[in-house]
Amino acid sequence: MTMRLPNFEYVAPATVDEAARLLSDPGRSSLIVGGGTDLFPKIKRRQAAPTTLVSLSGVDEMRGVRFDSAGNCVIGASTLLADLAVSHQVPPVMAIAAASIASPQIRNTATVGGNLCLDTRCNYIDMPETWREASGHCLKDGGEVCWVAPRGNRCWAINSSDLAPVAVALEGSVRLTSVHGERLIPVEDLYHDDGIACHTKSFEEILVELLLPSGGTRATYRKLRRRGSIDFPLLGVAASARFDEAGTCVSARMVIGAAAPAPVRATEAEEFLIGRQFTDEVIGEAAGIASGPVRPQDNTDTGSRYRKWMVPVLVGRALSDLVADDG
Amino acid sequence: MGTGHNVLGRALPRVDSMEQVTGATRFADDLTLPGTLVGRQLLSTHPHAVIAGIDTSRAEALDGVRAVITGSDLPITYGILPVSQDENTLAIDRVRYVGEPVAAVAADDAEIAERALSLIKVDYEPLEEVVDLEQGLSEDRPLIHGEGTGRNVHRSVALEFGDVDEGFGVADHIREDVFHYSGNTHAALETHCALASYDAVGKLTLWSSTQVPHYLHRSLERVLELPAGRIRVVATPNGGGFGGKTEPFSHEFAAAKLSMLTGRPVRINLSREEVFYAHRGRHPVLMWVRTGFAADGRITAMHFRSFLDGGAYSSYGIVSMYYTGALQTATYQIPNYRFEGVRVFTNKPACGPKRGHGTPQPRFALECQLDRAAADLGMEPVGIRLVNAVEPDSLTVNHLRITSCGLSECIVEVAGASDFTARHGRLPHGHGMGLAVGAYMSGAGLPIYWNDMPQSEVQVKVDRGGGVTVYSMATDVGQGSTTMLATVVAELLGLQPSDLAMVTADTDLTPVDLGSYSSRVTFMAGNAAVEATGKVRDRVVRAVAEKLEANPADLVLADGRVSVAGDPATGSDWAEAVRMAIATEGPLIESGSYRAPELAGPYKGSGVGISPAYSYSACVVLVECDAQTGMVAVERVWLAHDVGRSINSLLVEGQIEGGVYMGLGEALFEEQAFRGGLHRGPSLLDYKIPTILEMPPVEFIIVESIDPGGPFGAKEVGQGPLLPVVPAIANAVHDALGVYVDEVPITPDRVVAALRDLARGGSGRFGPESVPDFDFGTPVRVEPPEGFVAP
Repeated sequence: MTMRLPNFEYVAPATVDEAARLLSDPGRSSLIVGGGTDLFPKIKRRQAAPTTLVSLSGVDEMRGVRFDSAGNCVIGASTLLADLAVSHQVPPVMAIAAASIASPQIRNTATVGGNLCLDTRCNYIDMPETWREASGHCLKDGGEVCWVAPRGNRCWAINSSDLAPVAVALEGSVRLTSVHGERLIPVEDLYHDDGIACHTKSFEEILVELLLPSGGTRATYRKLRRRGSIDFPLLGVAASARFDEAGTCVSARMVIGAAAPAPVRATEAEEFLIGRQFTDEVIGEAAGIASGPVRPQDNTDTGSRYRKWMVPVLVGRALSDLVADDG
Repeated sequence: MGTGHNVLGRALPRVDSMEQVTGATRFADDLTLPGTLVGRQLLSTHPHAVIAGIDTSRAEALDGVRAVITGSDLPITYGILPVSQDENTLAIDRVRYVGEPVAAVAADDAEIAERALSLIKVDYEPLEEVVDLEQGLSEDRPLIHGEGTGRNVHRSVALEFGDVDEGFGVADHIREDVFHYSGNTHAALETHCALASYDAVGKLTLWSSTQVPHYLHRSLERVLELPAGRIRVVATPNGGGFGGKTEPFSHEFAAAKLSMLTGRPVRINLSREEVFYAHRGRHPVLMWVRTGFAADGRITAMHFRSFLDGGAYSSYGIVSMYYTGALQTATYQIPNYRFEGVRVFTNKPACGPKRGHGTPQPRFALECQLDRAAADLGMEPVGIRLVNAVEPDSLTVNHLRITSCGLSECIVEVAGASDFTARHGRLPHGHGMGLAVGAYMSGAGLPIYWNDMPQSEVQVKVDRGGGVTVYSMATDVGQGSTTMLATVVAELLGLQPSDLAMVTADTDLTPVDLGSYSSRVTFMAGNAAVEATGKVRDRVVRAVAEKLEANPADLVLADGRVSVAGDPATGSDWAEAVRMAIATEGPLIESGSYRAPELAGPYKGSGVGISPAYSYSACVVLVECDAQTGMVAVERVWLAHDVGRSINSLLVEGQIEGGVYMGLGEALFEEQAFRGGLHRGPSLLDYKIPTILEMPPVEFIIVESIDPGGPFGAKEVGQGPLLPVVPAIANAVHDALGVYVDEVPITPDRVVAALRDLARGGSGRFGPESVPDFDFGTPVRVEPPEGFVAP
């Protein structure tokens, strides 16, 4: 029943360097907060108990969209989802995905970095404290058992980010900064297929910006959800492809979100598509190949069976989008 | 104005609209008294367990904690129905669902209160749980109420009106269908909140977001062992109720007791999670219905069985069970009718009354089956309903007295407006239209506890400046009851509703009204207001007539004047007329009351379903379905409602739209779902109420049948419009996709399961196959009422 925030220190440094120093302070147990739309409910539910929150809202250099000399579209991690949703500078598919996240109120506060670093979700963990005690705290909640798959010894909480599959499909990368230095990694490598250790980023590292390479790709994002707003995806499919002049696919990426602890790349289907034209038959076959390895669990709305059924439907629609006239 | 009325039927804003839109309305959680403590309750984490011990010593020792109570501090039970007093404020010896309060604390602030809860040690010894209908009917599960094992049957009923076997014998066509209506909850935006203040002279005042201050008053008297005169209940404006605040709740007693112990005000505001556990929402009901039809579509007999999963406590459960069989006959002429129902206890939050109380579930079953029967018989949905529709001034086989009835008109109107007959069955794949109807009571015919006093009393007082104050315990839960009362009084006195002072929902200040439930307030409080105001009016008219030496019958009250009809310059302005009336006959304070006529039939259970009048609705919906994802979007809704007389058309429209919205949620989205004894998601993220994006445009049609017993002919509109929405959507989904989803909510996974079944050559149906084998016993045979005319 607890719904109040406990006491914690809140700091809002003005620069990335200062933020990085705070995160590395051994005297503090710090967490980064972007918009806080996911973190604050978690703290209220006592799923996290930081002594310090390092807010990035005062770091001006992390906000906004620019282009670097290599032509990459660089999106600051503190850019609001609401701003991303109406941006004409970013690839349209990014804006579409951003506009599909949560509700207008949340998008006015939530950030790009926050969405990319969204903790994995599960309907055994994102619950009030009393409920979690009644269910018996799950593996991710400090218990012994994953209630989704009690026989295994891993956590199946899912990556519900809408931006992550799109960023992977666009072959994006993220810049991570800490007191130990800076690294640029493919977005794909930010995630780890484990519901608990779901990010490869250390707690000291700040996701500073998202880089999207320019040009030549068609891309789309399909999100399945019950309501037209608010809901996390039951399934998300991001797809991108390049075609030659004859309409033959020369490269493709297909990424399935909200099905596993990390965005899932349908690499077999990607390979299948290369060298082919997207006829209905090809799309149907690719959808089948893509859905093979995807095994949604019963840990969000509508259950695993339905979500499994929907994988080829959404993949098929996404691939059709890529060859639609307005694709 | 052309209508012959001052303000009746106009689309005037609510009298409290300015406070509401400016945020000035003070809900229970907005109220603060000096020194108010924060109360919190500790919840059970077991669905079924013995409480072997509770240690509160560490919590009591915490600085800032002012009082800690457990079950033994409030040993007297309560319950909304006199026959089922089975709840304790805080569980004693045993917990029966996850979320049941077991202890409560009052502390200086919320943090201390929450820390105190974490320091209370409860020693549970888990018992085997009973979490669904099947387990509830099993012989070898532990009894939830009682010792040992056995069937957890709360109550069952078997009634037969007329001769059902004979009715099936003459049928040309018989259908049997099974349906399941999942449980759902009210999801009022305002969480339940109570502020208690026990003062220095030993008087307890409780401000609470309750729909039933009178019943709460009586329960507090019982549980706290205080005389009624030392308890004052003030029902604060409810931020939505929908039936979820129509009985006494644990936190109300706990706040009161904690205030009595500390001598300081104590507020308990439930969290959203706690509201999901407090529940009292729609019962999950499994239904089997067998209906016989003549070749022309007329119903010859119906046999209806309901199985209700009631949760851990009684609540209104016995009444809910009867309601699942009570109003089938209010819309269709059923000459022979058998109803069997059973409610079981399970280790889940208690179900109770939600908008439509026990009738949306059978309405879903009945209206879906009727469409199939129509198809079987080569008829149209409109035709089969019209041929069976109840007529005005008739009696039903189960002894309901129908007065005004605009059902056929509603059907014709709504079908016409939507062009239903031309479009149903003829839209492209994925698009569909559905029709359904419903009926609801304008107030339960009987009070909840037996008494022969009025069900509603209203006082009207006029001061020497002409100011009118109306006193009524009717509780505004957002439906606009205060505006309804103001409109009725203003209409009779020739004033504007906004001229009046309204004092409502306060047991110290206002005369009794039983509360805002069963859609009773317009009919009952409205009639009481008409009577009280009529007396005021008569006195004022008498005084002015005397002065004018005119015939009182020639005087009219309009635009703030009392004058001879057709000659407004004569007579007096209102204030002057009032002073004359006070001078001649003394204080201008009058009262009125309403008590429903004797309507109960000659059988046990006949108190449920009777009402002085019934509202009628018909609804058409247009849906668009995604045949691959199973997503259903409602594109447009047409709803015709027979409200008897519209007192304020803006409020009527609001209630219709609200009913459509809630029906949409129940049909497609909302489910109070459990995994074992655990709620699947006690939050508004997981419990999916529709957003504004899901809400379609609603074309509403107000039908006025002018009921002979209603105030100005008015009937209810608060609950009825929800009823046809759910089956209309189900019927539309069938029209769109050719599948039958015989279980609501019609979620996309269920739609796709049905589509896959259809694609494999199956019947394309998703839903329960059968109902449990339960012996309801020999039905009690009841002769139809004298004067009943079988169709």
